[in-house]
Amino acid sequence: MATNTEILGGVETGLREIAADVVSRAMKAGASAAEALVREGEEFSTTVRMGQVETLKESGSRGLGMRVFVGKRAASTYTSDFTHEGIERLVKGALDLVKITSEDPYAGLPDPSQLGSLGDLKVYYEDVYSLPPEQRIEYARRAEDAALSADPRIKNSEGGAFDASTGSMVLANSLGFVGEYRRSYCSIYASPIAQAENGAMQRDYWYSVARTLKKLESPEAVGTEAARRVLRRLGARKIASTQVPVVFDPQVARSIVDDIADAVNGDSIYRQSSFLAGKLGQKVAGENVTIVDDGTLPGGFGSSPFDGEGIPSRRTVVIDKGILKSYLLNTYTARKLKLETTGNASRGLAGNPGIGNGNFFLQKGTRASKEIIANIKQGLYVTEFLGFGVNLVTGDFSRGASGIWIENGELTYPVEEITVAGNLKEMLNNIAEIGSDLEFRGSVASPTIRIDGMIIAGE
Amino acid sequence: MTQNQNLFFQKFGITPGDLQRYLAEALSAGGDYADLYFEYLTSTSISVDESIVKSASQGISAGCGVRVLSGERTGYAYTDDLSPDKILRAARTAALIARGPSQQPIHGFKESSVHQLYQVSSPSVDADVASKLELVMRADKAARAYDPRIVQVRGGYADELRQILVVGSDGTFATDIQPLARFSVFCIAKSGENSSKGNAGGGGRVGIDYFLTEKTPEHFARESARQAIIQLDAREAPAGEMEVVLGPGWPGILLHEAIGHGLEADFNRKGTSAFTGLIGKRVASEKCTVVDNGTLPSRRGSINVDDEGSPTKETVLIEKGILKGYLSDKLSSKLTGMPDTGNGRRESYEHIPMPRMTNTYMLAGQDSPEDIIRSVRRGVYAVNFGGGQVDITNGKFVFSASEAYLIENGHITAPLKNCTLIGNGPDALTKVSMVGNDLQLDEGVGTCGKDGQSVPVGVGIPTLKLDSMTVGGTAR
Repeated sequence: MATNTEILGGVETGLREIAADVVSRAMKAGASAAEALVREGEEFSTTVRMGQVETLKESGSRGLGMRVFVGKRAASTYTSDFTHEGIERLVKGALDLVKITSEDPYAGLPDPSQLGSLGDLKVYYEDVYSLPPEQRIEYARRAEDAALSADPRIKNSEGGAFDASTGSMVLANSLGFVGEYRRSYCSIYASPIAQAENGAMQRDYWYSVARTLKKLESPEAVGTEAARRVLRRLGARKIASTQVPVVFDPQVARSIVDDIADAVNGDSIYRQSSFLAGKLGQKVAGENVTIVDDGTLPGGFGSSPFDGEGIPSRRTVVIDKGILKSYLLNTYTARKLKLETTGNASRGLAGNPGIGNGNFFLQKGTRASKEIIANIKQGLYVTEFLGFGVNLVTGDFSRGASGIWIENGELTYPVEEITVAGNLKEMLNNIAEIGSDLEFRGSVASPTIRIDGMIIAGE
Repeated sequence: MTQNQNLFFQKFGITPGDLQRYLAEALSAGGDYADLYFEYLTSTSISVDESIVKSASQGISAGCGVRVLSGERTGYAYTDDLSPDKILRAARTAALIARGPSQQPIHGFKESSVHQLYQVSSPSVDADVASKLELVMRADKAARAYDPRIVQVRGGYADELRQILVVGSDGTFATDIQPLARFSVFCIAKSGENSSKGNAGGGGRVGIDYFLTEKTPEHFARESARQAIIQLDAREAPAGEMEVVLGPGWPGILLHEAIGHGLEADFNRKGTSAFTGLIGKRVASEKCTVVDNGTLPSRRGSINVDDEGSPTKETVLIEKGILKGYLSDKLSSKLTGMPDTGNGRRESYEHIPMPRMTNTYMLAGQDSPEDIIRSVRRGVYAVNFGGGQVDITNGKFVFSASEAYLIENGHITAPLKNCTLIGNGPDALTKVSMVGNDLQLDEGVGTCGKDGQSVPVGVGIPTLKLDSMTVGGTAR
């Protein structure tokens, strides 16, 4: 819908001015502090199924959000209406709403000395939107085709996809901060379906994501890997309940690391709703475990020059050789906990800032995943989780899973309809092996890990 | 003429002639069908944390989505600017999906007859924010008063009013004004080294009065606190296959995951669901009759008209154990000839509609809940759940129990730690051996995600006994 010049024009055509204008109007209308946020995004997506284009979607939208303070009270409003009347209504709405909220001694904008922005983090490349539409469709088609033609047992598909998007973010506050950045994103995806002789179907997927087309894997590589992943699931069976070492492939290990990101979220900490609350400085994991949050990695999926409050992103060691060193904090939670913000404020258009991770990862070890598996006499290699059975208050962990049985160091038959259960407190201390295969396919990443002591429930 | 037309016709100056022109533009490159979805959404949200109001917000979003169907292809574009040139541009973009001579929309619209399911005298979103705040404060107080071991309470009230106008090139013309309100209370309990959480909430397509008269803040607060306190003494859940009894109401998430998604027409049209080709076959015990019903008054999952302008319906999915039907939208209906069941839904104007559930539940049976519990020698009685998920293609599904008890020799004994239950959709319900006479629907908390789109839904079951299901605990 939009051409490239218009996208580039987005930030230049005055989003900064709009944000600054909203802040000054709020101050004139009686706010003691104010903050405005403008987001603008463009998205393109196409899916191809069984060789035919299935969907083609292209659009853009923008939104404007603001937060006002009157003393220690805060309120927020948002709108998609950028007209003069729309903005007037936004400001008036916020100042009306602030009358009913409570005095909160910890509320407020960040300390002015902490505001700032990093330089270019290589998170925006205009090339993601540069492909002509036919080429984009071709990427999706090629990814699906590579999967469909990999093996005669792959006869159906949920399709291949190519997505591209760009987004701008502008933040301004009454302390004089005005910052902006743009980020780009593109991805190729394939999701084939394979059928066993008895008719039972399995689905799996693979994908590649990047900030620039140049770093995207080829559609053929994505489709071929998707095919490999679905074929190995054919003939999956349930196993008897047991307790054996469990190896988590990086895609599922990353979901456990993501649970840790949630458990160190400052909001959960001050509300005592995390099993890691109050554990700062204590040993919470094995000595082999170091977990880092780094919002400054060039080109990272979790990188940004400043956070949702205008604090420069940074690198924070969360767990250092098993010791809990830091939570992830924004200004509010830092004040509540008498700590310093870690620059992890996240923002939607509405409400108070939340907390989000930068690039959050478990530091890699030295072993190849093959070697980790080779060391196990009997065990389970988990390749997919199903459901969300994690209780961060208690650390109780119980999730549906599928994977491959390990016998004498070899992957043997596929397994499904089982659960893997334990408690995150113990799991962090029972990480027996950490692989060398750390790779970012999103803002949270983990190498292959082996955890001992978990219970598998099946027949 | 409804208020909606006033909104889009008057506030945004859109005329029936404009709508014809936009649809004609959408069909300018061929295409079998085009539609426009106008949405104007206002919402408010307040939350009380540590007994003070830390956050209050309100907002407005408006936009229009244009869709063009051409065979199995869908072209889609949207705009948050409702001026004619922006909508025409979206129409031209969506039209790119089609290749062929331009088509003309049917001249003149026929207004869909819609239900009147929301008995709301004035929308919650227009109510005084201070009165909502008072409700949340009451919940905070009631939760703290429940037990001194409740150490944290977070209460929230969120509501919205979605005004929609859907017009299609086949003459479809439908409007709706959809209210939605939801109350939530989250508690943390602490006792010595043990911590636990409780979570309760509810609402529906109701006004603020509902929380003053039917389900009060105290009701949700006590329920949340009760769950948290019970969980303080929870012991490890067992691991392995055993008898499972599900309590009435929200545990109906079983149906949503085990069969509901698998019966959405898009998956079956493409042959990617484990239920593909099973119409007329037995997929549940003969005690099971399951329906999806978007027409229940005031329910969270109910809508007068779906997001393609079709009136919602009651659809029988399983009748006495036999698979009877799928949930369909316009596209799947056009491609397969199966009836459009009014299940075409979308999260917002930015999203392409697809078949989705509304309120999915099992009809009541003959057994008393007490007899069902008494019949179990050793098993699990699960009464509250967090979320669930399903793999449509192999049929495996999970749902995670947040409140469950051990049943020993026909008696409910110890509370159990959170555990996930896992099963296989096409045969899970064949193991239903007893169906209670106590059908309940959930209190209005469900949100369903599919392809990145969230929509409000409802579920319900009577007390159910499954002879065998895998319980994912840690006790061996």
